[in-house]
Amino acid sequence: MTTTIPVPKPAKPWRATPKAMAPTFAAALIVIVGTFLLIDYTGLSGKLGAFTAASILAILTLSGAAFLQRGVQAAKNAAVGTFVAVGAIIAMIPVVSILGTVLVRGIKGLYVGFFTNDMSLASVNDPLDKGGILHAIIGTLLLILFAMLISVPLGILTALYLTEIKGPGSRLIRFLVQAMSGVPSIVAGLFIYSAFISGTGRGFSGFMGSLALSILMLPTVARTAEEVLLLIPSDLREAGLALGATQWRTVAMVVVPAAKSGLITAVILGVARIAGETAPLLFTTGGGDTVNANPFDGVMGSIPFAIWKALIAGSEESNARAWASILVLLVIVLALFFTARRLGKRRV
Amino acid sequence: MTMAEQVTPSSLAGIASNRSRKTPGTMPLGTGLEARNVHAWFGKNHVLSDISLDFAAGTVTALIGPSGCGKSTFIRTLNRMHEFIPTAAMAGEVLLDGKDVYAPGTDVTKIRLKIGMVFQKPNPFPSMSIGENVLAGLKLAQLKQSNKDDLLEECLVRAGLWNEVKDRLDAHGGSLSGGQQQRLCIARSLAVRPQVLLMDEPCSALDPGSTLRIEETIRELSESMTIVIVTHNMQQAARISDYTAFFLADGGPGVMVEVGPTSEIFSRPKDQRTENYVTGRFG
Repeated sequence: MTTTIPVPKPAKPWRATPKAMAPTFAAALIVIVGTFLLIDYTGLSGKLGAFTAASILAILTLSGAAFLQRGVQAAKNAAVGTFVAVGAIIAMIPVVSILGTVLVRGIKGLYVGFFTNDMSLASVNDPLDKGGILHAIIGTLLLILFAMLISVPLGILTALYLTEIKGPGSRLIRFLVQAMSGVPSIVAGLFIYSAFISGTGRGFSGFMGSLALSILMLPTVARTAEEVLLLIPSDLREAGLALGATQWRTVAMVVVPAAKSGLITAVILGVARIAGETAPLLFTTGGGDTVNANPFDGVMGSIPFAIWKALIAGSEESNARAWASILVLLVIVLALFFTARRLGKRRV
Repeated sequence: MTMAEQVTPSSLAGIASNRSRKTPGTMPLGTGLEARNVHAWFGKNHVLSDISLDFAAGTVTALIGPSGCGKSTFIRTLNRMHEFIPTAAMAGEVLLDGKDVYAPGTDVTKIRLKIGMVFQKPNPFPSMSIGENVLAGLKLAQLKQSNKDDLLEECLVRAGLWNEVKDRLDAHGGSLSGGQQQRLCIARSLAVRPQVLLMDEPCSALDPGSTLRIEETIRELSESMTIVIVTHNMQQAARISDYTAFFLADGGPGVMVEVGPTSEIFSRPKDQRTENYVTGRFG
């Protein structure tokens, strides 16, 4: 009894047709031509002038196009929409500019040996084909690893205490964690130096650097994890408890898995906070030039430290070396973020 | 549906025949709404196939059918809310006063002004008082209104909420009960004077008393506007609607199995599947 009906093609009639897009294209054309005219015939000049002219013209012409098509309210909507887009572009400029500069300048200092050599036999002013930052890459990875080992469990446990147990002193702990996130990074380094290194007979080591970095990472992880756990609806906790589970089982099997991707974000933000830190490492790691894979003994290099050393040397070679190191650091941090995101998305 | 709630066709037909018939097409507010060969997709998933349905002005049409048969998707294609889902696609036409709401160059905000919507969960704006909530549409759509107090009272009276809130119009919308909040949302959608009101299971989160009040409201509103209501409640469909359409998705996309005057759908359905559904034998 069912007759097969021919199925039409799925369409998206709400998408603008080429005809409806015509005024928008015209507006874009006016923006481009108008910007050049304004630069040529008025006092505006330079990149800033061109950007200002293009932004104002875009707001005017796009809202004008909307006005011709759909009236005053559509024009206001288009004006605000364009204004927001301009704001987003302004916010993107420094980011893109920094990334572009690092890429362009950093790529000149890269060569294969840069990743396999350390600086023990080279000085920062040597030609670029001598020496490398293997010691710094290993150092940075170890510093991040140990800082994570310390502050991720502590941070998430703190967040669980604040959101799940809500035990005595929660308010004080929350206040202290917030206050801790405002600690200047050099103070973290000084604290570890005066508490664990100075006068104790212990020397600089990678682990001391990780301790200092943990002081900075812990509040970021704890606060972000707390925010994420607060977003988990209490229905879920009640559903777990209503099945006869203890609080510990509910938290471990329902709440934390539900918050997993958010908790990974908390860790990412924590790593982002410390990956580029230099100041806390000055008094704790010593910043060696030789590969040292033992975080508990001897000075340890790190990429931010290597950048700092190379930059203050001030020669052309050392500057190129510094930019290349910055590029490596950026790539390492981005790779960490990407991996964490992938892990967070995977469904168990 | 449990055994206790099971209803016989005759009892539902009885409810339906008590509903006074109006002659469709004589209402002053436009000439109604018409869906022609509407299909809907989410990504590659064909969820709604070839729905043609005429909503005459001043009638109440109930859409019934099991969950997931595309009723909600269908009413969201009527006021172009469907397109908010990024993967959504559709085909067909929706005619309001004879004009396709999907025609190029149509101002979608004007369409939604004429085709109002009440959602499943009451959603009064949390930052606004009761009075502000009712008149929110005027502000949001920037409509001119000379006598706002009159409009406020009129909308609340029509939504059946005036007597309960007239002394506390400045109170918070969230201070009302669920049923009152839903009637507040109905009042809010009335203030912009829509021709058509779409209601997506408006009573599913409410107690029987509140449901009754909203049903009374719907019947009064149908004097002056066209109403399309999605409901899972057979008795409700029988009580309030002039026409009933039965939707079903049997493995494939949702289709409309049958449409007709409500009394006939509940007493003499032409399709065996409709009869099974309205008598509670499945679904």
